[in-house]
Amino acid sequence: MRYIEEFRDQGLAKRLATSIAAEADPGRTYRLMEFCGGHTHAIFRYGVQDLMPFNLKFIHGPGCPVCVLPIARIDQAIGLALDHGVTLCTYADLMRVPGSERRSLIKAKAAGADVRMVYSTQDALAIARADPGRQVVFFAIGFETTTPPTAVALRQARAERMSNFSVFCNHVLTPPALRAILSSECDDGVRIDGILGPSHVSTVIGSAPYGFVPAEFGKPLVIAGFEPLDVMQSALMLVRQLNRGRCEVENQYTRAVTPEGNRKAQALMAEVFELRETFEWRGLGHLTGSALKIAPAYADLDAELRFPMAPGEGREVKGCECPSVLRGVKDPVDCKLFGSVCTPENPMGSCMVSSEGACAAYWSYGRYRNPGPVALEARQAPGEAA
Amino acid sequence: MCLAIPARVVAMDPAADTATVALGTVTKAVSLALVEDVAVGDYVLVHVGYALSRISPEEADRTLALMAEVARCGDETTNPAGLGGEGAS
Amino acid sequence: MGERRFPVRLDLRQGTVDLSHGSGGRAMAQLIEELFQRHLDNDLLRQGNDQAAFDPPPGRLVISTDGHVVSPLFFPGGDIGCLSVHGTINDVAMAGARPLCLAAGFILEEGLPLADLERIVASMARAANEAGVPVAAGDTKVVERGKADGLFITTTGVGVVPPGVQISGDRARPGDAILVSGTLGDHGVAVMSQRENLSFGTDIRSDTAALHGLVAAMVAAVPGIHCLRDPTRGGLATTLNELARQSAVGMRIREDAIPVRPEVEAACELLGLDPLYVANEGKLVAICPPEDASRLLAVMRAHPLGAQAALVGEVVADPHQFVQMQTRLGGGRIVDWLAGEQLPRIC
Repeated sequence: MRYIEEFRDQGLAKRLATSIAAEADPGRTYRLMEFCGGHTHAIFRYGVQDLMPFNLKFIHGPGCPVCVLPIARIDQAIGLALDHGVTLCTYADLMRVPGSERRSLIKAKAAGADVRMVYSTQDALAIARADPGRQVVFFAIGFETTTPPTAVALRQARAERMSNFSVFCNHVLTPPALRAILSSECDDGVRIDGILGPSHVSTVIGSAPYGFVPAEFGKPLVIAGFEPLDVMQSALMLVRQLNRGRCEVENQYTRAVTPEGNRKAQALMAEVFELRETFEWRGLGHLTGSALKIAPAYADLDAELRFPMAPGEGREVKGCECPSVLRGVKDPVDCKLFGSVCTPENPMGSCMVSSEGACAAYWSYGRYRNPGPVALEARQAPGEAA
Repeated sequence: MCLAIPARVVAMDPAADTATVALGTVTKAVSLALVEDVAVGDYVLVHVGYALSRISPEEADRTLALMAEVARCGDETTNPAGLGGEGAS
Repeated sequence: MGERRFPVRLDLRQGTVDLSHGSGGRAMAQLIEELFQRHLDNDLLRQGNDQAAFDPPPGRLVISTDGHVVSPLFFPGGDIGCLSVHGTINDVAMAGARPLCLAAGFILEEGLPLADLERIVASMARAANEAGVPVAAGDTKVVERGKADGLFITTTGVGVVPPGVQISGDRARPGDAILVSGTLGDHGVAVMSQRENLSFGTDIRSDTAALHGLVAAMVAAVPGIHCLRDPTRGGLATTLNELARQSAVGMRIREDAIPVRPEVEAACELLGLDPLYVANEGKLVAICPPEDASRLLAVMRAHPLGAQAALVGEVVADPHQFVQMQTRLGGGRIVDWLAGEQLPRIC
């Protein structure tokens, strides 16, 4: 698989690890936040932390749109399916996220609601076309990577004059979330030395929007590719910047990210969406200008306008530390519910449900590590082929 | 929310604005609504059924070369103090 | 030629199952005779009673049962019919036993096309004949439209264990070798490739197969095998965790030793799935004393169903009973139980 396997090469990884260890200054620590949940997942899945020197630690950021989705919005989506009798189309990642009273979309489906897992907004459109008499709502979440596909669907629905399709929009933006994390750094007492910027959000928005991170907060940011070697090379680039007192935006993912980004996708988003004044993020509170809603020109396709929905309170489970974990303030093990009441089978909060949430990643991949190579060769009888 | 996979464009359907991409021998139809000037043989990033952007082969090669060069320099350096030890042998 | 029992033959091309086919009356008798018995015919079934009687060979008996609810009913490389035969043969074989016969219970949904039912039953018959394991008894019920996904099949199998063989999930010991009989993830991806919303062109076929021949060869060469299990739902990861817990041990495996076909790898990438958790229907996991590993591996590789067998890890002492993996990159991670159903991720 081209452009995937080369960036997972074990030989290169080992040698990169040696380089990082060689350049990391033993007199200090390096706390690097990977903003994007996909990076969190990659770090855990490949055991990248094991290859880092002791004084380099990854802090897991909030770039997981499932994790930051407020409970109230999940409740509203469940309500759409159960009370309004719509066909609710959703990405698989959302099926098990617990809302209030531990309800979820998968439980609503078991209770008879028409909840359909889709891989693409195109699937949702196809479902709506197949049954014109039924209202179909697409539950849209995601950062700037996933927003353009929703924009395409809305324009297509408009062009085809579909009257039974609408979108429940929960798209959020990366720069405001970054800003919120960096602003609360002092309050939280979490020191962040540098940022690994998201891969595919940056493909869409480009590298230009991150300029405020060094300019206003004095932290270096490296846009990192998605594969483990990309993460390692980006960590090395941050270590170098910090060692030399440099502070700038660098792009490690040059094969997919340009300074201006994907103009076509940006134009589509600008046509169909506009900024919400404020939006509540799980863990980060209310952030201004941080989320999108459907623009007036497309209001007839806005599920929030088509269906009366109670705003809902969204009660967090008592003791759930998702908000702190999301900001990197606490580790999953610091949460009293982790591993006792809250497990992947029985998730209390979104950090455990989402496959890239820090709690899920920590549980699945990193609960207990006994590092050291697994020796298969020793088991072979002499002369036997492997 | 980042899971996007590089895949090779093997066929195009301009009328439907879609393409067939291949990852190894596995093929899938994706929408081209978010990209321009894509041709058969190009590699694109695929996310939720859409091509998000082209991958630049030149930049990919350059990145790998940089990694290899760094790694090579790393081989020549010894650092008893900072070495992680766990798995980084 | 005697008088035909049923004046009008079953319309196997256009007919569908209806509630009368499960009522115990003439319609049901006709369905059994003209469809089931026509394909599944054997001496035991021909006894024609509510049960089949036979003399068991000497040795310890094992019995196993499995319900099959796969959807879609037909997928590349197989269907629910042969799957139900292979699955239960394999469950019996995982004790090291020789399967003797099967019993099959069918729950048919009203409206199921008879052509589909015949195709499935014919496939079962072929699988049973090829395996040399007859379907000795059966039962049919019909439920209303919407109450079954086309049809459900439950198969029960009986087998006999050769003397001196004691294979059980609680026998893994620290130091034992862990082997798999071939590539992982083929079946799950083949099935998923057919489901709507996830359709994509692949040439991946289910690996569904009866493993008792392979097991017989393995047990003959290494009677001291400790554990055998087939990694069906939940994949290799789940099976290893089950065995670890049953035996109260830990395990350590190497990602780069686990055989996965490139097509399956690619499909899993596209869907955001981990091949370790994807179902298999023609593979097994074997755990044996370390000194027997090479021999066992050679015997497996000599068999057509074990051609890509591989040594993937070792059993270790571990009070936490974790299954740990050295990743391709050289780092470490835990391979945990599957939580819920593995859904494709986009994040």
